[in-house]
Amino acid sequence: MDFKSSDTITGPRAEDHLPHTAQAAVKIVIVGGFGVGKTTMVGSVSEIKPLTTEETMTQAGIGVDDNYGSESKTATTVAMDFGRISITDQLVLYLFGTPGQERFWFLWNGLFEGALGAVVLIDTRRLEVSFDVIGRLEERGVPFVVAINDFPDAPGYPIEDLRTALDLPEEIPIVKCDARRRASSRDTLMTLMRFLHSLAITSAPV
Amino acid sequence: MTPPQRRRRHPKEEAPDPPAPESPHVQEGAEGADEEGEGKSKNPERLYVLTGGGEGGDRAELDLVTLVVARADASPPVAQPEQSALLRLCQAPLSVAELSAYLNLPFSVVTVLLTEMLAAELVHARAPIVRSALPDRSLLEAVMHGLQKL
Ligand SMILES: Nc1nc2c(ncn2[C@@H]2O[C@H](COP(=O)(O)OP(=O)(O)O)[C@@H](O)[C@H]2O)c(=O)[nH]1
Ligand SMILES: [Mg+2]
Repeated sequence: MDFKSSDTITGPRAEDHLPHTAQAAVKIVIVGGFGVGKTTMVGSVSEIKPLTTEETMTQAGIGVDDNYGSESKTATTVAMDFGRISITDQLVLYLFGTPGQERFWFLWNGLFEGALGAVVLIDTRRLEVSFDVIGRLEERGVPFVVAINDFPDAPGYPIEDLRTALDLPEEIPIVKCDARRRASSRDTLMTLMRFLHSLAITSAPV
Repeated sequence: MTPPQRRRRHPKEEAPDPPAPESPHVQEGAEGADEEGEGKSKNPERLYVLTGGGEGGDRAELDLVTLVVARADASPPVAQPEQSALLRLCQAPLSVAELSAYLNLPFSVVTVLLTEMLAAELVHARAPIVRSALPDRSLLEAVMHGLQKL
């Protein structure tokens, strides 16, 4: 840990603070493998320069039963980028770019469960990187949409082939996206919000 | 060209079984549950724990997006330099994630510091809105409206 004394702290600039009227925040998680475009997407829509928060995880020795294997513990620092969008004077949306291939992200209490929902970013050159994270989101009941980031040399599978390969039901949106473009990233987030809204309608008591 | 195929770790979950009367077939379900640990360990996720999580138990429930703001009547000086830095940073509201980023301190360290500061009535915390079983449609609509303006 590396505490910076106050004169070396960079930011926040005055405009990086929230107004005093800010009452509550919500979060969305953007999850995907290394280099898939998470930080790019956060940066495309964020009103602040993407920041990084970190956490220290203790990893017990692999294959050691944790009842008696406590000797071989190692600490790992994990980091994720995030950005912010002010929705109203009272409400703020935070976007977290989470490297989903590591299971310890799912132990971060409330990171996924407390989020409104998740965007699973996918690079079709490495589709299998997303398999595990999709399974974990399903198990935890976290609603998500899938966004295919279009890399120039990536295989251009038809969406329906991808749906079959990912074994996703018809109602889960799969969209194409260019995380470098603000409009495209915003549309991806809108797709998630519309999906969440449709879930809210179907689950609402009459 | 076909993409690789995802295999579910558990067979697709069907609608939950009706509360069946006790039957000798219960055995099957029990076997299925045993298969779920992919390795030897029954619950592989327990190999990782959040450092500082769990112990102490008296940490406030602070989320990454809990908004923290200094109380107008907060009277420094406070004990640790990190806490004075926090107090300066949150003269206007910032999330715990932002405080962690600007101070270059892990999230759990910041929550420990903030818990003390909450107890000492130096700061206020504004809890986030988390997803609930029955999502609030007007909240979702507000977020959509905000995104549309981007
Ligand atoms: N062609 C293309 N490149 C992208 C896209 N999104 C990100 N990239 C590039 O992919 C690289 C990795 O992106 P980054 O956001 O750092 O990935 P992260 O590891 O998921 O955070 C960068 O060079 C980006 O410019 C996209 O949608 N299309
Ligand atoms: Mg990144």
